[in-house]
Amino acid sequence: MTTAHAKTPGEYIVHHLGHLNSSPPLPQGEKAKIVDWSVINYDTLFFSISLGLFTVFLLWLGARKATSGVPGRFQACVEVLVEMVANQAKGIIHSPESRRYVAPLALTVFVWIFFMNAMDLLPVDGLPLLWQVATNDGHASLRVVATADLSATLGMSVGVLVLCLFYNVKIKGAAGWAHELFTAPFGSHPVLWPVNFLMQIIEFLAKTVSHGMRLWGNMYAGELVFMLIALMGASWTFSTTGAMLAFAHVVAGLAWAIFHILIITLQAFIFMMLTLVYIGQAHEGH
Amino acid sequence: MDVLGLVALSAGLIVALGASAACIGIAIMGSKYLEASARQPELMNALQTKMFLLAGLIDAAFLIGVGIAMMFAFANPFVAAS
Repeated sequence: MTTAHAKTPGEYIVHHLGHLNSSPPLPQGEKAKIVDWSVINYDTLFFSISLGLFTVFLLWLGARKATSGVPGRFQACVEVLVEMVANQAKGIIHSPESRRYVAPLALTVFVWIFFMNAMDLLPVDGLPLLWQVATNDGHASLRVVATADLSATLGMSVGVLVLCLFYNVKIKGAAGWAHELFTAPFGSHPVLWPVNFLMQIIEFLAKTVSHGMRLWGNMYAGELVFMLIALMGASWTFSTTGAMLAFAHVVAGLAWAIFHILIITLQAFIFMMLTLVYIGQAHEGH
Repeated sequence: MDVLGLVALSAGLIVALGASAACIGIAIMGSKYLEASARQPELMNALQTKMFLLAGLIDAAFLIGVGIAMMFAFANPFVAAS
């Protein structure tokens, strides 16, 4: 257990799911609302912005130190990334002018999300414990995985939606896009206009929500599995067969961490690919 | 049965049904991938990227379910409402 007084497993998990945010402490017995626009999650903001700056700095360093001679390991790594993203972008977005903005965006998103997801691999209790010691408050909560916060991932997917709308207007023109909104996917007969429009709105909503929820679901579930594994290790002192639990804790933690390396990379890649695909769709008429 | 029991049951169902469906999906895709790359080994690399992408997409619906089930289990909105 992390603090001096023992917590029940339920309390431990609930405490770990608490954000460091601007909401005042709730009265006893009252539950927080699921959607509350007035609350700002400081921990999510801090970790996402600082990791974003770190990403930009790292890529800038890679570009600045690049030589045309034999590349070092770091430069080769950045080059592989850039080439991978550039190839994917070339296959999906056919306008070179849009690609000049969208391909670097996709690269930044990929590396940024990868770093935010990689915070999951730090010990579950590590940074929160440090934070509790630093603030001298045993109940201070801190969540280090910014992508396990639905506000962050939905924020990013809404950002992609805004870009999609922008490119829709830019490529097709306001009139062309309005025409598409009302005539695709079923046809241009006036009776079908409301149905078409409804379908388009549903498509945009579904794309944006699933885009954000996909990343959040993976990271939230992954974080919880890490917490459950930590609990398994923590509860070995309580039971008679405890030594087995301690052993299983190490094995399960190791296995899940290794599997999670795949998941965090894959999810960052998928978010990047879907960003490209959605913006690519904005370039194509139905 | 009280609300808490029902929520626990439903969380279990969300995870279990999602997991079985996702496993079937991954299995079908994996077998098709192996079939395709046995037929045309030169396409293996191009298909592999797409297979991983799709594996992530198939997994995602299941993991969203797990996330929501876990939210019901630990930050239960229904118990507060009742």
